[in-house]
Amino acid sequence: MTETAVTEQPEGIRLSPEQRRRQRGRSVAIAVALFALVGLFYLLTIAKLGGGVLAAKILGSS
Amino acid sequence: MAYIERREAEGVAADTVPIHDGAAGDYVQLLKPRVMSLVVFTAFVGMVIAPTGINPIIGFVSLVAIAVGAGAAGALNMWYDADIDRVMARTARRPIPSGRVPAGDALVFGAWLGAGSVVFLGLAANYVAAGLLAFTILFYVFVYTAWLKRSTPQNIVIGGVAGALPPMIGWAAATGTVSMESFVLFLIIFLWTPPHSWALALYRSDDYARAGIPMLPVAKGLRATQIQMLAYSVPLAVVGVVPAFLGMASPAYGVVAAILGAAFVFLTWQVYRMPATDKEMRPARRLFAFSLLYLFLIFVMLLAERGFAMP
Repeated sequence: MTETAVTEQPEGIRLSPEQRRRQRGRSVAIAVALFALVGLFYLLTIAKLGGGVLAAKILGSS
Repeated sequence: MAYIERREAEGVAADTVPIHDGAAGDYVQLLKPRVMSLVVFTAFVGMVIAPTGINPIIGFVSLVAIAVGAGAAGALNMWYDADIDRVMARTARRPIPSGRVPAGDALVFGAWLGAGSVVFLGLAANYVAAGLLAFTILFYVFVYTAWLKRSTPQNIVIGGVAGALPPMIGWAAATGTVSMESFVLFLIIFLWTPPHSWALALYRSDDYARAGIPMLPVAKGLRATQIQMLAYSVPLAVVGVVPAFLGMASPAYGVVAAILGAAFVFLTWQVYRMPATDKEMRPARRLFAFSLLYLFLIFVMLLAERGFAMP
């Protein structure tokens, strides 16, 4: 890394304030969607396991 | 060389370079929320009136999967149709033609959501429902959007299969099978789609003609459209009553469904009598509005009767 690389603006696309705002909005939306997905998988797991999960026998003894 | 410079070298103006620029709302718009709401509603009815019932959590998760699957189909449709959306007044402001979302992003977004929703529904409910959802998405994208829409005036008739499947998916999510009852729900929406879509196409035919889409009024003219609308409305009115005979609904439902069906046929008859000189096409506008109410009321009645019948 050169000495100037840290302080100089990188080359490439520079986002306008509006573009930054939208980028932030997208990031928040992705975060919300991921949390929602985690919540759905959690709920689904609970529903699939059912109420008697703690009393379930692991091996086939009756 | 920076991305924009590279695109400029390819002859693309800097201000039209597609960078990831859309707001989160634009991606929501790609999912066609209004179509999605109809899909969720009809799938919900199919799920609730199924005789086996469904665990509320599994039902809710399944509905989310079905909604996302429908949205994915919408996003893929917008990706493929961006060129014709651009020239139609009704669709020109969609995220891709207006430049807010790059086409490639919509493709990736739709493909991942589609695949994810099918897997999710398979895990949540069963693989019959997941298979039906996969079929619906693939049919809508490949058969309707990519093939039929631009090639035949019967596009929305055959393509209507995709729109009619959600109640069957909901039913399958609850029961694990398809049955005569769920097929009747499918048939109601399938027969409803042509008169509903052609009513709209009649007073938007300029738009469709400009985009080169061979909608029936554009390709075959007013007379053929009027005849075919009537040809679907009459069987729709009959099939709308059938749930009362299959034990899915009470005789009271049958009576109201018959009245609604008669009103549907009457309004289609008024469209049938509409002269070619009628530029305002009020009968077609009236039928379009009523068709939405018709489908909503039929499904609400089925839902309500099932709700009241529950212990």
